[in-house]
This record gives sequence, structure tokens and C-alpha cells, in this order.
Amino acid sequence: MDGESTLSLVLFSGTDDKLTAAAVLAVGAAAMGRPVNVFLQYWALDAFRRDRITRYHGSAPEAGPAGDALLRGSLEGPKHWSETLRQAKDVGDVRIHACALSTELFGISQADLDPLVDDIEGVAAFMGDAADGPITFI
Amino acid sequence: MTLSQVQPTRSIDARGMACPGPLLTLIGAIRAGQAGDVIEVLSSDAGSRTDIPAWVAKAKQELVQVVEEQGYARFIVRKAK
Repeated sequence: MDGESTLSLVLFSGTDDKLTAAAVLAVGAAAMGRPVNVFLQYWALDAFRRDRITRYHGSAPEAGPAGDALLRGSLEGPKHWSETLRQAKDVGDVRIHACALSTELFGISQADLDPLVDDIEGVAAFMGDAADGPITFI
Repeated sequence: MTLSQVQPTRSIDARGMACPGPLLTLIGAIRAGQAGDVIEVLSSDAGSRTDIPAWVAKAKQELVQVVEEQGYARFIVRKAK
């Protein structure tokens, strides 16, 4: 399954519904043999902090109270988006980068982030990795 | 050989697993197996109906049979390589 175009995901939002949607896209692409290149900015990066990655991070405004309750119940154990991303890394070529600017904003280093995060990267390096495929902003 | 004579090397009950869990389980079993192995996966996930055939075609494996059962489907996949 060589020569597939890279799926590049820029994750900005830190709510668990958007992170779950992104993780599902990543695992699907990885299963189908596409390299996946993830860039974590702002609230998505904040959600990847080692000490709170599985803590509840809320839902997007459109969820409303009923949607929020539905989401809360769907995140237990193996269904959590962090586990989906671990599976994506097991099944394919998935690299997760922390945006250097966002790490500076929060005053954090890689040691503060979950081991899912491979490294801290500048935006130009991310764009270099993303050159052969679409970029999706979530 | 008729389809009913295909005996799975390994059978996996992935019923109750959410999308794309059954597919990932199948991928793991195919990778762990040997060419010629026949893997059976039971899945109640609606996504498996499209995902497993799509992955099998992409990975150049062989989809031997899909059997619709009550509330789930039975996928029979042969590891071609």
C-alpha cells in the first residue's frame, strides 16, 4: 500500500467530540495505508497534557446538554479517543506533532504531554510533511 | 471447493465493538497470520459492511464470503500474502 497521499489533520479544538472525530479519521486513514500527520494547536494541544488526557474536555456548542450527556457516556475505556489514536499508531504510520508556538503559549515541554505526541514541531516542518495531500482543520 | 467447506483458521467475535474496532481486529489477525490462513470475524458494527471489503481490496487480501446473520455479519477473509 505504497504511494498513498498523506492525511494531514490540524487539531485546534479541545472538546472530546471533535477529538474523537479526528481520531476516527486518523485510524481509518492509517488502516487504509495512508500516512497521517497530525499537528496539535491551542485547545487540542491542551487536551493532550499527560496528566489530564482522559479527563472530560467537554463538547462543542452544538452538542447542547443532551448531546453533552451522550458524549460523556461514550468515552469510557477503550472508546476514548486517546485509545483510538494508539490503535491508529499500531495499525499504520501516524505522527503527532505539538505546535511549537502553542507549547510556548502554555509554557509546556514534551515531558508534559502524553507519549502519543512524537515531538514538538514548527509550522514550516509540518507544512513540509503535509505537502503531498490535503490539510483538514478540526 | 464450495464456500460452505471453508474452515476458518481463526474466528474472532467482535460483536459489540464500535467502528472501526472489528476492522482493526481483523487487520491484527491478518498481520499475525500466515498466507492461506482464513480469518472469520463476527461484527455487529454497520461500518464493517463497507470497511472490511474496502480494506481487503486495498490490502490485496481475499474476501471469501460475507454472511448476513440476525443482527450481525460474518466476514470470511483469506490471507493472500
